[in-house]
This record gives sequence, structure tokens and C-alpha cells, in this order.
Amino acid sequence: MTLKCIAGIEKPDSGEIAFDGKIFFSSKKKINLPSKERHTGYLFQNYALFPNMTVKENIAAGIRGTKIEKARLAEEKIKIFRLEGLEKKYPCQISGGQQQRVALARIFASEPEILMLDEPFSALDSYLKWTLEQEIAEVLQNFKGPSFFVSHNRDEAYRICNRMAVISNGKIDVLDDKHEIFENPKKLSAAMLTGCKNISAAKKISDFEVFAIDWGMSFKCAKKISENISHIGIRGKYFETCSDLSDENAFEYEICQKIEDAFSVILMIKPKETYPAKLIRCEVCNKKWAEIKNGKKYFKINPQKIFLLEG
Amino acid sequence: MDISPLLISLKVSFIAVIIVFFAGIFAAWKVSKISRFKGLADGIFTLPMIMPPTVAGFFLLLIFGKNGFVGRFLSFFNISLVFTFSAAVISSAVAAFPLMYRTSRGTFEQLDRNLIYAARTLGMSEIEIFLKIVLPNSSAGIVAGIILSFARALGEFGSTIMFAGNIPGKTTTVSIAVYSAVQSGDRENAYRWVLIMLVISFLSITLMNYFEKHKMKFIKKPFGGDEKWGFTLILRKTWEIFALKFHLKRKKKHLESSVLQEAEKA
Repeated sequence: MTLKCIAGIEKPDSGEIAFDGKIFFSSKKKINLPSKERHTGYLFQNYALFPNMTVKENIAAGIRGTKIEKARLAEEKIKIFRLEGLEKKYPCQISGGQQQRVALARIFASEPEILMLDEPFSALDSYLKWTLEQEIAEVLQNFKGPSFFVSHNRDEAYRICNRMAVISNGKIDVLDDKHEIFENPKKLSAAMLTGCKNISAAKKISDFEVFAIDWGMSFKCAKKISENISHIGIRGKYFETCSDLSDENAFEYEICQKIEDAFSVILMIKPKETYPAKLIRCEVCNKKWAEIKNGKKYFKINPQKIFLLEG
Repeated sequence: MDISPLLISLKVSFIAVIIVFFAGIFAAWKVSKISRFKGLADGIFTLPMIMPPTVAGFFLLLIFGKNGFVGRFLSFFNISLVFTFSAAVISSAVAAFPLMYRTSRGTFEQLDRNLIYAARTLGMSEIEIFLKIVLPNSSAGIVAGIILSFARALGEFGSTIMFAGNIPGKTTTVSIAVYSAVQSGDRENAYRWVLIMLVISFLSITLMNYFEKHKMKFIKKPFGGDEKWGFTLILRKTWEIFALKFHLKRKKKHLESSVLQEAEKA
């Protein structure tokens, strides 16, 4: 939706969109620049190739200028996107990967200043997805202007982008470097998006200690806890086994459920002799699982690896 | 048998369809784009389909008659449309217009919106989008609209008889010929015209079903070789057939005259 507003396909109710000093839309100043004057490139989910045109005609559709110029530029883009031999084919006669290349070639032929990709891989099987993803990454690296990539898949987004924004309920919750978002999320939505499975409502006890309401236990933290804390999060992989309770954040556990995954074991655990509202999900590799079976009854969590989250 | 009603019917419908083709598509495009008064515009354009044809004929008489505003304007140039061939064409066009308008609007609205959005972000103008993307990708629906409106124009009776009258050899179409044949008790003639009408109607429906069935193939896969898309091909083939017929007719005339000349000489 945000991308569509930027491209001028959808009209926002209110607000302002500006790029590079040029106002695209402003509800106050009553400006709504038509899409064709915004010079944006938009890759649609279904690529939106024109079914009545050949590959070459599709690419030439976005080029302004004389016929000779059009043909020359189209040829050039066909070479860059490795579409030689397909010039006279229709979109329905080529594969999904080739269709995406045609769509990209068409966008680049129109010389956009912003590039927007709207979930380009959502309708593809995983093998094709991987190939296309690498192609897109390459294309994006060669593109000089800003580009937006919308995705529901965190791994995909992590591999392709540098900076990430987490949007929930139509608002940007977090906008940060991708490493920061994954290693030290500060907001609940960011932690959830990055795949943190253990999240509990939390209450501050002291400056360095927090109580997890859903699990009925308290944790020590490495960082000073702010007043606004609402949740804490712990990644399932960060639990370590230990032999007694002397370590920091160590606790005795009971296994409620064991789920075998392809290369690891997922344990649903709870602190011993308590009945918490939520179970803790803990992922251990097969080697650790052998240790656990041999009687290590305690888990600990490094205070630095606890995410302190605001709602 | 006097075949002039058939010729008049075909001529009237042909011209009416040409008018309706442009008017209907233009109206459909405009209406599918406006946001305000859409329902009103749609209602007005669809009205002739629901209105009794005699009512339509009455309105046409009002507008084009001696005291109507168009009629008065035309009388400056000494043109009177009532009870003429043009009146028959106008009546048929008015009756056929909603069919063309509705079918083409339907296909325009069914078109993948993303195609249009993509074209806009690529910097194409609205006219360009319409001619290069909307029309070619709606060809199957437009062909169906042409056939439907042709059939409707051919069958028009009520407003034609009110506005164009029943002048043999000038405004008597097949449907009017059936009516007058029955009125005058000429059963045999009535049967003949009914049979012809049935054949034509049946042919148009078959043709339309064919297009419906082959819609996807029609749009996406051109018939062999370098053909662009089916629609132009059909138009070209029809033209070729007409041209060939015309050519043959001229050749025949030429032959006849030369035979006559030789007979005279002899």
C-alpha cells in the first residue's frame, strides 16, 4: 500500500510524499502528481507484463523517444538482462524467471529514479525463488537510486536489504540497520518479526532485574532496564545447559514436550514445579540433546542475550 | 421475391454497428474511469436496452422531428431525417448501443488493473494506455459486443417503424417485412423472412460462442506465424472476402458487357 502511494497508483487520504525535493503528493497543498511524472519503477507481484506484446515490445513500452532510439535501448536492455532469443516471444510463452527479467528490463528501460519491489517472490517455488533472489540482489546493487523491497519473509529481506523498517498496523515501528534489528531489537514487533519465539510480558523489579510474568520467573539483565519495558524476549537458541544453579540466570527445568526437527530438537520447557501461562521454547542441536539426556537438569541464559522490548 | 429488405437490413445494421463500435467503446472507457455520477451515466447509456422500442422511437421522433431541437437545426440545411434510410440507421444504432457499451465496459473492468498501473508508472499517457493495452487485451469482449449489437441492430423493429416508417425499397427492413407480410396475409413471404432471420440470428450466436470459447487462445496465442493478434486478423480476412466478392462482381459485369458487345456486333 505504501509503495502504491509512492508510485501514485493509490491516493492517500492525507499526508505528504516528497522525493528529492519534488513533492509527489500533499493533501494540504492539493498536489497529486500523476504516476507518469513520478518516474518510479514498480515491480508487481505478478509482473504485469502486457500479454498482447512481445518481450521486445514490452521493454520498449516504457521508452520515450524515436523508433530507432526505442529499438536501440530495448536491444541494450535485452542484452543486459540476458533475454536474447526471446525477443519475439509472448509473456505466456516464457518461464516465470524470464518473465521477471522482462519486467525488470522494462522498468530499467524507463529509467526510474526510485525502484520498488512488491513481494516479487511470493508466488514462486523455493528453487526458482533462490535463483531470482540472487538476480534481484545483483540488479539492486547496480541501481543508483533508492530502492524499496517489501516482503513477509525475514530471511529474504535480511539477505537483500541494508536497512529495514518494521511496519505494523500501517505505521513504521522500527527503522534501523538490519544487523541492529536482528541482534538487538528494541520493539516487540521487531522481535516478533525477526523470529524470536519466546516472548513474555515483563515487569521491572530493579535496574538490572526483570520479572517475566508469563513464565513466572525473574531474569538478570546486562543493560539498565528502562521504565517503559513491557516485554522480554529470548531466542530459543540462546539457552545453554549447565550443571548447577550457581551460574547467572540458571534454572531447573522440566520438559513438557519434545519435537524433533530435521537437524535439532525443539523442547517445550517450564521451570520445575511451577505452572506458567506459557511454555518456553528451546532449540538444542543433536549434540546438546545427548547431554540433556545424560542428566543435565539446568538451563541458563546469558544476561546479554535477553531482549528488553517496548510495546 | 424482392430481396431489398435483406439488403436494407444488412446495410442498416452494418452502418449502425460501425457507429456503435466507436460510440460504445468511447462511452465505456469514459464511464469506467469517472468516479462521480457513474451510476447515472451507466443508467442513461443502458436505458435504450430496457425501454420499450416504441418509446425509444417516440423520443427519436421528438428529437429529430420538425419541432425537435436536432430536427430544427437540420432543417436549416434542408435535411429531414424522419422516414429516411438514415432514420433506420439511427434507430438501430440507439437500440444496439447499450449492448456494445455494456460488453466492452465489462471487459475493460475485468482487465488486470496492474497492467494499467504498470503502464502508468512506465510513463505511458492515458490515450496510449487505452489504445495499446486496454483495447488489444479486451479484443474478445469487443468482438462479442460487435456480434451482439449487430444481431440487435438487425432485429430492430419498434423504433424503426416509428421513426423510419415502412417505405418499401427504402426503409423496409426484414423485421418490418415480416410484419407487413403477416398484416397483408402473405404467409409464404412471412415464412421466408422468418427463416432468413432465424438463420442469421443462429449464426451470430454460434459465432459469439466460438469467441467465448476461444477467448484465452484468442488473446494470448496468435494464429501461427507472425500474426499480431486474432482481432486484426479477423478484420483483415473479412476485408479480403469483401474485396474478393467485389472483384468477382466487377469481373462478372465486365464479362457480361463484353458478351453483350459481341452479341451486338454479331
